[in-house]
Amino acid sequence: MTDLAQRPATAVALTIDGRPHAAAPGQLVIAACADAGAHVPHFCWHPRMSPVGMCRQCIVEVDTPRGPALVVSCMTPVAEGQVVRTDTPQVKRAQEGVLELLLANHPLDCPVCDKGGECPLQDQAFSHGPGESRFVEEKRHYEKPIPISDLVLLDRERCILCDRCTRFADEVAGDALISFTSRGNAMQVMTFPDEPFASYFSGNTVQICPVGALTATPYRFKARPWDLEQVESTCTTCAVGCRVVVQSSRDELVRLQGVDVDAVNWGWLCDRGRFSFEAVNSPDRIATPMLREGAGLRAASWAEALGVVADALRTADPSRVAILGGARGTNEDAFAWAALADALGVVRRDARMGDGLPLEVLALPQATIDEVCAARTILVLGVDLKEELPVLYLRVRHAAQSRRSRVVEVAPRTTGLAPYAWRAVTHEPGMQARAIAALLAEPEVAAQVAAGEVAVVVGRGSLIEDERWTLAAVAEVLAVAPGARVLPAMRRGNVRGALTAGLAPADPSAATPAVLGAAAGGEIDVLVLLGADPVADAPDPDLARRALARVPRVVSVDAFVHGSNAGAHVLLPAAIHGEKSGTTTNVEGRVSDVARKIVPRGTARPDWMIAAELAAALGLDLGLDSLPLVHDAMCSRVAAFAPARDERATRGEGVVTAHPVPLAAPRRGGSARDRSTYDFRLVVTRTLWDGAVATRRSPSLAPLARPAEVVLHPLDLARVGVAEGADVRIGIGAVVTTLPVRADASVARGTAWVPALRGDALEPLVAGARDVVDVRIEALS
Amino acid sequence: MIAAGSVPTGPRVVTSRMDQPDGHTYEGYVRTGGYAALERALTRMTPAEVHDEVKAADLQGRGGAGFPAGTKWGFLPAELHPRYLVVNGDESEPGTYKDRMLMERDPHQLIEGIVLACYALGAAQAFLYVRGEMALAQERLAAALNDAYAHGKVGRRICGTDFSVDVTLTWGAGAYIVGEETALIESLEGERGMPRLKPPFFPAVKGLYMQPTIVNNVETLANLPYIVGEGGAAFKSLGGPTSSGMRMFAVSGHVERPGVFEVPNGTTTFRMLFEAPEYCGGVRAGGRVKAFIPGGASAMWFFEEHLDMPLDKPTVDKAGSMLGSGAIVVMDHTTDMVAACWRIVRFFARESCGKCTPCREGTNWLEKILKRMLDGHGRPEDVALLMEVSESISPGIAWPPRQTTICPLGPSAVSPIASAVRRFRHEFAHYVAHGRPVDGVSSPFARAMAGAR
Repeated sequence: MTDLAQRPATAVALTIDGRPHAAAPGQLVIAACADAGAHVPHFCWHPRMSPVGMCRQCIVEVDTPRGPALVVSCMTPVAEGQVVRTDTPQVKRAQEGVLELLLANHPLDCPVCDKGGECPLQDQAFSHGPGESRFVEEKRHYEKPIPISDLVLLDRERCILCDRCTRFADEVAGDALISFTSRGNAMQVMTFPDEPFASYFSGNTVQICPVGALTATPYRFKARPWDLEQVESTCTTCAVGCRVVVQSSRDELVRLQGVDVDAVNWGWLCDRGRFSFEAVNSPDRIATPMLREGAGLRAASWAEALGVVADALRTADPSRVAILGGARGTNEDAFAWAALADALGVVRRDARMGDGLPLEVLALPQATIDEVCAARTILVLGVDLKEELPVLYLRVRHAAQSRRSRVVEVAPRTTGLAPYAWRAVTHEPGMQARAIAALLAEPEVAAQVAAGEVAVVVGRGSLIEDERWTLAAVAEVLAVAPGARVLPAMRRGNVRGALTAGLAPADPSAATPAVLGAAAGGEIDVLVLLGADPVADAPDPDLARRALARVPRVVSVDAFVHGSNAGAHVLLPAAIHGEKSGTTTNVEGRVSDVARKIVPRGTARPDWMIAAELAAALGLDLGLDSLPLVHDAMCSRVAAFAPARDERATRGEGVVTAHPVPLAAPRRGGSARDRSTYDFRLVVTRTLWDGAVATRRSPSLAPLARPAEVVLHPLDLARVGVAEGADVRIGIGAVVTTLPVRADASVARGTAWVPALRGDALEPLVAGARDVVDVRIEALS
Repeated sequence: MIAAGSVPTGPRVVTSRMDQPDGHTYEGYVRTGGYAALERALTRMTPAEVHDEVKAADLQGRGGAGFPAGTKWGFLPAELHPRYLVVNGDESEPGTYKDRMLMERDPHQLIEGIVLACYALGAAQAFLYVRGEMALAQERLAAALNDAYAHGKVGRRICGTDFSVDVTLTWGAGAYIVGEETALIESLEGERGMPRLKPPFFPAVKGLYMQPTIVNNVETLANLPYIVGEGGAAFKSLGGPTSSGMRMFAVSGHVERPGVFEVPNGTTTFRMLFEAPEYCGGVRAGGRVKAFIPGGASAMWFFEEHLDMPLDKPTVDKAGSMLGSGAIVVMDHTTDMVAACWRIVRFFARESCGKCTPCREGTNWLEKILKRMLDGHGRPEDVALLMEVSESISPGIAWPPRQTTICPLGPSAVSPIASAVRRFRHEFAHYVAHGRPVDGVSSPFARAMAGAR
């Protein structure tokens, strides 16, 4: 892997096409040639995967003691004094020969192939091919195309069997669900019987396919490459901050492709990030401002709607105004709203929905993703990275697989990372401090941690446990590894940036749970929801519902109507990813730019502009009249953003910033109450396909949403005495709900896992809960 | 015609029990002196001494490459354990059936050889990989292994000494390429039988489960009881100056008496083998040799002028072919060379594992061109095209072959084409011009295939 930090300083001197070149030790000839500006055609080689030497296209000539020899450059490491030639007649003959053979059975249906125009096979057939095929025999025929998952289709006729997709699935994603079957001329990529290629990362195979064999439903037949316009940006679906190019055709988003940056995503994307752009084009978007009129809503002009909001803010007591959300926007959006809140004197504001991490984690010594993946020990606390921050999972998995790091996982259930962990233990919600203390007391683990270089990736273990248990868990680690650095696994898009930009509560009384409580108690007059959906996201939906019902003026700045703003008094259409520019901040505090590619749908505007217009309507001069002004003001007023002032710094890898708020380090704080052995402790965690708004509004992704269910350990299921698939009664005293049950050994005994869905059946059980929730689970009589 | 008794002979080193009805049983083996060498080695010789005898015997590997076994053993990195012995019993080269005979009729001799090798190598585990189609060999080896375990010749504390070794029997699933040692290792590990790349995966360094591994052929190991029992020097003296010992050849094709013969290595000529009454007894029906394959389907063909060449590895190598695994196929003057060529290319096309492009696509393309010619649809440019496609698989079409492929399977399909086209271009041209073979030759197989379509 081209990890610069890993390379020894010494260089290997070789000659490429007669010119001297210095390569890194261990580098492959093909990579050295690329660095030296000598393009060697290739199909199977990919810089982020181990070489296999299967396509044989990258043949070059290397001098050996027995004379010049043709070698495949993707399997040959550079050597001191090596003489490499990429342009001799022998090389040309060999490369043309291989290309002719690759094309022998290729259908050449380029005119109807999505890859045509951006196809490595097409391009290299022109640049390095023989020009014409002498193959007159019948070509291989297969059914075209066959679905191998809900998102990906496979055309085996076009496939050149380069092993890229299968290698990615096995080596990078760890989902070896596609493989070669049959052999020789009949060899083909195939799924296993009755097992679709249901990988969270399947879209990457489509991107790295060097022909049009793999296509994904969201892009199929939508555009031709020469009609695409594109701009580099950052994905904000979760907080990993993967670099992407956003591509559009005729002012409609049609595709996102991963961009390889060393520090973050290495070119990979998860399917949710890659495909949820479909929601941008959804016909369900809020197109114009809407005002409540009786039971219904009516369309209004921006001027009228902003006037209504301004009036509400002007007349309200600032202490009875709250702003929730902002995590789905840009840093500039959050800053503009924070500036407006400052000007109005509004202190109740929180970019989190009460389902994330306490602010204190940002006060700990922070680790970047690279630092985590270079650590000797990676402690993963609480979070299932594969479900919540999928590409970070790929990075941590790579660190574990390349035996650079040992992963120690402590989570409420066995996660997707557990197979690669050195140690993986589960704990009941609220009991993590105890579990970690016990684990760290094991001599082998203690020795491992004592060796230093400890990184902690900490996330919320369960949505319905008190966040202080997360802090207590971190404190346990810090007590034995004071030098440990922490990567807070905050999940929602730009939550970290929004907090840094000023949408962080000054104290717990201004945080979302307290604001919702105050609102439900009638203490809030105006509630602004910045892309926030507390009914779906807050751990206690019942409280959110009561709060929203009680507030006299709810203003929602959003792209869609959902459970939290259906009853709002004012709906202001927001521009979303792909429609606006700015910067975003990822889990590490890395600030990188997001770019506008298409015109916002309807009359939607970016959040910062709405804040600026509201300020104008209120007669306030915030000086935030254009995006550059907002950006400059943000970078000068928020010290953390100073490194991002020059917008060039936010391109590519971006620039790492630190959250400025000094807070006390967490203290060790014990554990939750013990569970009665008759009860099950509820674990509620986010999954990738959790029915989020953008997932539901993306036609390709909507069917992937999980069903509502409760999952028990197989032995516990036997104890309850019901068959898998049957409904069970889940209750606390008289409060009861029913859900179908499934058995899975990844769930710890004594716990019941319910994947968090939007508006799920658990609502009555978790209503009012402030800490862990224990339930009785019984067969329906 | 060669008279009886006029050809060089030697003792039957590995085939001594071929005609003995109970040669495959433990009792029959021990009665004829079996396991004596093992007992002697374990009780009176050090592992290094056993290795030295094998080196002194100059035992060339019998799997195809002919690499000296003693030298190969020396490649194992010292003090790196565990290390494994893998026995390549995946004999699948068309025309080769000598290992099958050894496994079916004298399984204990192989087992004794395996244990001797493990003793010399310091290996505690051997894997015996037998071709999937060889049901009788598997059955007899399994039975023999059970008996050997029961009698303390394999397993813990062999012959009452401290030496222990386990032998695991595995069989293939029907892929020619698994005869290639790295593909065999992949298959043993439970993966698809596809070759690994050398470097870095030289078995002696990074072999089975990434541990040092020696892969030896069945016949190679079957020679060990004799070598250890009689001494390496005695074994070496049986052969010629550059080829030691006795060697098995499997002759098939147009001879009166096809079969497996053990002949003095390096001194016997092809003519002796084909014509001597002790061996094949002459070409079928008094015909003439038109061409013959000296060492398996991958080898370049030889012709009449090569008949008096000795079956000696360096000599045959120098003449531009190989003895390979000792599979000799004789084609008499009635053979349709285009059909024969197609028949062999078809084999390689079907057996290509599919991993690398030139082999997967090239061998199949070659097969399709040849089949089209046989079907009467050849074009004038097809003969040149055959050579052009061959060139893409094996640049220069030279011997020993160079390759654009990962392993030698692809270039193997080039050998019959290069041989046939260079020597019998007129037969190809005749097919192109007339849609049928030249007069006087026939191919019952090709006709049968055409009829079957």
